[in-house]
Amino acid sequence: MSLFYVVAFLSIIFALLVIFTKNPVHSVLYLIATFFTFTIHYIILNAQFLAVVNFIVYMGAIMVLFLFVLMLMNLNTDTEPMKSTLLKVVGAIAGGCLLVTLIGSMKTLSTASTTAMDNTGIGLVENLGKVLFSDFLLPFELSSILLLAAMVGAVLLAKKENKTA
Amino acid sequence: MENITSTIQAVPLNHYILLSAIIFTIGVIGVLVRRNAIIIFMSVELMLNAVNLLLAAFSSYSGDASGQVFVFFIMALAAAEVAVGLAIIVMVYRNTSSIDINILNRLKW
Repeated sequence: MSLFYVVAFLSIIFALLVIFTKNPVHSVLYLIATFFTFTIHYIILNAQFLAVVNFIVYMGAIMVLFLFVLMLMNLNTDTEPMKSTLLKVVGAIAGGCLLVTLIGSMKTLSTASTTAMDNTGIGLVENLGKVLFSDFLLPFELSSILLLAAMVGAVLLAKKENKTA
Repeated sequence: MENITSTIQAVPLNHYILLSAIIFTIGVIGVLVRRNAIIIFMSVELMLNAVNLLLAAFSSYSGDASGQVFVFFIMALAAAEVAVGLAIIVMVYRNTSSIDINILNRLKW
């Protein structure tokens, strides 16, 4: 019970640190910490497959990509030009308005069935795999084409441009 | 396993909605107040993760596995998006030797 609140508090703290830290490398590391708390959230929700996938994809692949780009471009300095104070305040106020709107709409929502969990283990690898390869087979195969296209596109974009072109 | 299950039943669904709303808002604020393109990109990732968590929570509370399959697809999409986005950032940095988004303001119109 209390584990959820501790982890939720950590998530919020790390997410705030991501956007308010000056140094981009520290920001990436706090982002990894945020993803780790999300992995714990998935375990609490008994979605073990998602926890493993989140761990591998976000904390493995995406962290390496971000850190690689940061180190490659030598951007690990905190000499970033900041926006003016007025723009920051306006941005924070706009975000606060969004939060108030979301919470207000949540309050008007009738959430009667808050504890409907009969928990048949739908998040386990076995059950999720059955659903994934029977009902969602076509989207699953299409996502492989998406990944291939993204790979080719990323290589093409990051390639050094030809001088004669 | 029994311990985990009793944990879920104790936490109301409203608290998951609240947590996701807060994380999503933090992502929006990050996009609005920062000028470093990579940090903006990370804020987008935060928003994606908030939505993922909410989908997984809804899926667990309603006992329907489709939500978690959808989260899986969003994760595959996010990996592709990060690869292409970072390639674009690398290209921008190569052309302007900076990742300040204010330099790109000629893209506005």
